[in-house]
Amino acid sequence: MPSNLPRFPARLRLLPLLAALPLLSGCGLIVLDPAGDVARQQGDLIVLSTVLMLLIIVPVMGLTIFFAWKYRASNKEATYKPDWDHSTQLELVIWSAPLLIIICLGAVTWVATHLLDPYRPLARTAPGKPVAAEVKPLDVQVVALDWKWLFIYPEQGVATVNELALPVDRPIRFRISSSSVMNSFYVPALAGQIYAMPGMETKLHGVFDKTGEFEGFSANYSGWGFSNMRFAVKSLPAGEFDKWVATAKASAEGDLSRDAYLKLEKPTHKEPVRRFAASDPQLFDAVVNMCVEPGKMCMHDMMSLDAAGGAGIAGIGNVRQVTYDKFAARGTVDAARWSMRYVAAACSSPVMSNDRPDAKPVAPAMLKGEGLPHPSKPERTALRAPAAADRPLS
Amino acid sequence: MTPHPAPETGPILGKLSLEALPLHEPILVITFIGVVLGGIAVLGLITKYRLWGYLWTEWFTTVDHKRIGIMYMILGLIMFLRGFADAIMMRLQQAMAFGGSEGYLTPHHYDQVFTAHGVIMIFFVAMPFITGLMNYVVPLQIGARDVSFPFLNNFSFWMTTAGAVLTMVSLFIGEYAQTGWLAYPPLSGIAYSPNVGVDYYIWGLQIAGVGTTLSGINLIVTILKLRAPGMGLMKMPVFTWTSLCANILIVASFPILTATLVLLTLDRYVGTNFFTNDLGGSPMMYVNLIWIWGHPEVYILVLPLFGVFSEVTSTFSGKRLFGYTSMVYATICITILSYLVWLHHFFTMGSGASVNSFFGITTMVISIPTGAKLFNWLFTMYRGRIRFELPMMWTVAFMLTFVIGGMTGVLLAVPPADFVLHNSLFLIAHFHNVIIGGVLFGLFAAINYWWPKAFGYKLDVFWGKISFWCWVVGFWVAFTPLYILGLMGVTRRMRVFDDPSLQIWFVIAGIGALIVAAGIGSMLIQFGVSIWRRKELRDTTGGDPWDGRTLEWATSSPPPDYNFAFTPVIHDLDAWYDMKSRGHQRPVGGYRDIHMPSNTGTGMILSGFCLVMGFALVWHIWWLVALSFAATIVGAIYHTFNYKRDFDIPAATVTAVEEARTRQLAAGA
Amino acid sequence: MSAPTMTAKTLTAPTSANEPVQFYDLDEHAHPEGHSTMLGFWIYLMSDCLIFAILFACYAVLGGSYAAGPAPKDLFDLKLIALNTAMLLFSSITYGFAVLQMQQGKVRGVQIWLAVTALFGLAFLGIELYEFHHLIEIGAGPQRSAFLSSFFTLVGTHGLHVTFGIIWLVTLMFQLSKHGLIAANKRRVMCLSMFWHFLDVVWIGVFTFVYLMGVLR
Repeated sequence: MPSNLPRFPARLRLLPLLAALPLLSGCGLIVLDPAGDVARQQGDLIVLSTVLMLLIIVPVMGLTIFFAWKYRASNKEATYKPDWDHSTQLELVIWSAPLLIIICLGAVTWVATHLLDPYRPLARTAPGKPVAAEVKPLDVQVVALDWKWLFIYPEQGVATVNELALPVDRPIRFRISSSSVMNSFYVPALAGQIYAMPGMETKLHGVFDKTGEFEGFSANYSGWGFSNMRFAVKSLPAGEFDKWVATAKASAEGDLSRDAYLKLEKPTHKEPVRRFAASDPQLFDAVVNMCVEPGKMCMHDMMSLDAAGGAGIAGIGNVRQVTYDKFAARGTVDAARWSMRYVAAACSSPVMSNDRPDAKPVAPAMLKGEGLPHPSKPERTALRAPAAADRPLS
Repeated sequence: MTPHPAPETGPILGKLSLEALPLHEPILVITFIGVVLGGIAVLGLITKYRLWGYLWTEWFTTVDHKRIGIMYMILGLIMFLRGFADAIMMRLQQAMAFGGSEGYLTPHHYDQVFTAHGVIMIFFVAMPFITGLMNYVVPLQIGARDVSFPFLNNFSFWMTTAGAVLTMVSLFIGEYAQTGWLAYPPLSGIAYSPNVGVDYYIWGLQIAGVGTTLSGINLIVTILKLRAPGMGLMKMPVFTWTSLCANILIVASFPILTATLVLLTLDRYVGTNFFTNDLGGSPMMYVNLIWIWGHPEVYILVLPLFGVFSEVTSTFSGKRLFGYTSMVYATICITILSYLVWLHHFFTMGSGASVNSFFGITTMVISIPTGAKLFNWLFTMYRGRIRFELPMMWTVAFMLTFVIGGMTGVLLAVPPADFVLHNSLFLIAHFHNVIIGGVLFGLFAAINYWWPKAFGYKLDVFWGKISFWCWVVGFWVAFTPLYILGLMGVTRRMRVFDDPSLQIWFVIAGIGALIVAAGIGSMLIQFGVSIWRRKELRDTTGGDPWDGRTLEWATSSPPPDYNFAFTPVIHDLDAWYDMKSRGHQRPVGGYRDIHMPSNTGTGMILSGFCLVMGFALVWHIWWLVALSFAATIVGAIYHTFNYKRDFDIPAATVTAVEEARTRQLAAGA
Repeated sequence: MSAPTMTAKTLTAPTSANEPVQFYDLDEHAHPEGHSTMLGFWIYLMSDCLIFAILFACYAVLGGSYAAGPAPKDLFDLKLIALNTAMLLFSSITYGFAVLQMQQGKVRGVQIWLAVTALFGLAFLGIELYEFHHLIEIGAGPQRSAFLSSFFTLVGTHGLHVTFGIIWLVTLMFQLSKHGLIAANKRRVMCLSMFWHFLDVVWIGVFTFVYLMGVLR
């Protein structure tokens, strides 16, 4: 937890709740008062929508109280019309008033959803400050691990755990994935959240327009160590950021090789900040494709094979290569015990363990899916995220 | 890092062993001792007063929709106490766990608590409550003698109970799921949840789901087929209309839940790859499927209560409901639209902007018919004579509370706003705002409204008002801090916090929960006091204490087994009001035999077998699975060989009952 | 706690009081037993139909995820499936004959045709089990890929329905011999008829969508 995070001042706790409420917006409501242009637009949208809806909510609440008071049974003065149950004009108003509000709000929603689509590259870093054409966004690759965050900076070549340092005023492009279960990558001060999902890649664009120390966390429950899945976020001036990169490069942790990643991936919680001096440039793509572990077929290779009609009967044995985490189970269930759990032992066959005595030999190219020409995209490179993962279907 | 490794599977007891008993959790041990002592006391009292025979013949085996309705309400109430205990535990943990404190719950325990809270409150509190309410009221409102399939009704109730029992068993044998109430894979898959928690979740919901679906079918057919002569669809009371729509939603959405859970089960038990990370599975498909059920589910819960508010507002304003037709069409609109919005639960899963804004806008569109309903209630009050009895107080509290929940709901439907509020405590505050403000307040209105019908005496007003104010104040004290915390970027399901400045808000929320607890306590006292003082509170109007407008008030309180000696003929929407105002004469002779369904114990026995099967499946005790499955099938087939399922109430009995009522009416007048 | 202060009379303008209005059905007859069973059963079938809809949807989503394994064209033997389909279609026709016999009031005829239907159903199940066994034996079991998971679940759920249909058929044959063609039994024959034809319709979907399109793809 960074120490000088803007927060609700302690002295206000003594004030009565009501007196504190109006003061809050400037103090602790990070969602309404963030430090990034995207999050600020999102916060403003909340305020705008609320005001729009209050246009109808306030009269309704007022009328409820007024009618309840005016037409109380003890008030014999009030008009009483027990059989009055219809009025076309009133019905028109009743249906059209909410309709009008929703039309306005719907229009706002349509525009804002497209403008603030997390996949859309940023056009500005602050109101009136467009992004110049030659500015390249800073790439950060984010992996949600059990129960910590890995950040890889491909441009700088460094990687960190539970620490995200970003230069202020420079657009950031996140590529996000997860190693085991669903998480949600969320830095409230910077921009809205997006799910981090295993075997898939999501994207997020954001920019800081203030320096400072903030907090990020997983906003989607992911199991035992979820509560401590927090990371420090530093928004640094450009020079400071370069210094920070230099310290990371000098880190004693060494390189984040694939082996180091596989060790790091094992479940831990309350992981301290770690910095790696260098990182395997293809690591993130391998994570997304679930093929960091040697001998695993990358998902995009598997999907190309599938798109080409599968690997046929000969491919039945391709099981180990495409089994990513069934036996891992956060390190608790080993393969032997897993297979005993099957209800219908009849449903599984020895081929599952790839050691069937009469198994026909299969050409290795088929097994690994490497070097196979793809029918539609022959130029496809070995390590690219699968097309389907660019934007998960929903 | 998962604290308990998956146990070995044996041939006799499956995965079950002494280690499954949570002896290391003092909270659970104490609870267990309490439950055992309480259970022994209750069973002892039943034995002492020789009530077993009475309970068996009059209640457990009954096919009377009124008694089944009451049993549903009791089930809901018991489970509500459990669900609320979970809520208090969460509030306490979150108020404590600051500045390095771990609180008093381990992650293993805390994660079960919030999962169980969600599951129990939705499936075993809200669902039994509304099913019980519809069961009790709908046949009376349409002038029917029972539901279309009385045996099925009894069976549905016991299946729901069996699901609840299985869920409760997880408290003391093994563990419950640690996945959140919708159990998203891959977390809920076998690779990441290797223990029995998720299995308890699955089988508890599957068994109860059978009951829910069957009861949905039953009530749809009842409403379509058993309406009194003259009651066209557009003369049905609004509560019956909203019940019809809710039951259509049940039948059209619970199978989706069933199928989705079956697929998750196969992933866990057979090793298929529907929702796994590997071998081509797609966890996102589960998220879609579960919400295609999950969103209509919200409307299943709230629609019947919209009906309750309509009945209550009209009755206590002494006025016809304003805009009946637009009310009905608004209900139908909501029913249909509820299937077009599910994606708003996961805007953050990476769909495109066009998809997100489509689902955002459809969600907002639902607020139009809902808003129209609110205005209709408002204009029903307009130029009325509003009597502020307890049901009406709950209704006004609902109107003031629900609009705020509706507003924050529309806010969350704006995708860019959802990106910053999704999964936050703001979301938690929002849905508690609609579920407590809409569903629970509606239930309390309904209980206070129909209690005199069910038991013949009114509920105590003093304790009712205390409960009312505790609930309303407690609700806002408990959930306003969560709205604020959500805007401070605090996410849900957190067990510990770093930032000490947040603690004050959690403490306030905890105080709110305590005020709500006082409200629940006063409500229990209200029930107790009313039962104690039932002679003084007796309804002397012969069954119509509120000057009601619909048919249930036309018969005695409590109604006789056959509901109506002669089926009423309907000429107007407010049928009973119409009868009263046009000076109807209650027939006092010429009674005939009345054909009624007979009681049967089959429903309870079959559900018992299903409960055993669920337990055996959870623990992989395969011989017991086979045995109980065979017993279920054989029992069901055996039941079909019984062709004598009804009997006649002789005219003499009807005459005796009705003459007693004639005397009572004469004495009251 | 006071009783309502206003009586009904004060609440309303009097309507034409001379007109005799009937407020009770004094000469009513009980609803005939089982008069809403068919509607209820039909609604149940629709809910079952939804389960199949979900399974079809899953197959549509996952049917192409072979996980670098075999595809439909590698696994399915259309001739075998055509035979299987014929069995189920024949069983629907023979069920139709049973209903015709019922309308003529011939218990024996109904029983014979129901037995023939059950035999066709068993043949269908036998062929299906043979297919499943074969697939599992060569290693293309439900665990092999998401495609096979959804295939086995969709086809297997249908097979499970047929199994229960056969159990019901046998039960009904016993009940017919015990009580003859009484109203309750006639109703049961009609309900099972809906169930059986429903399974046929679902199978036509499976055959077209899973097998034919799978092999042609």
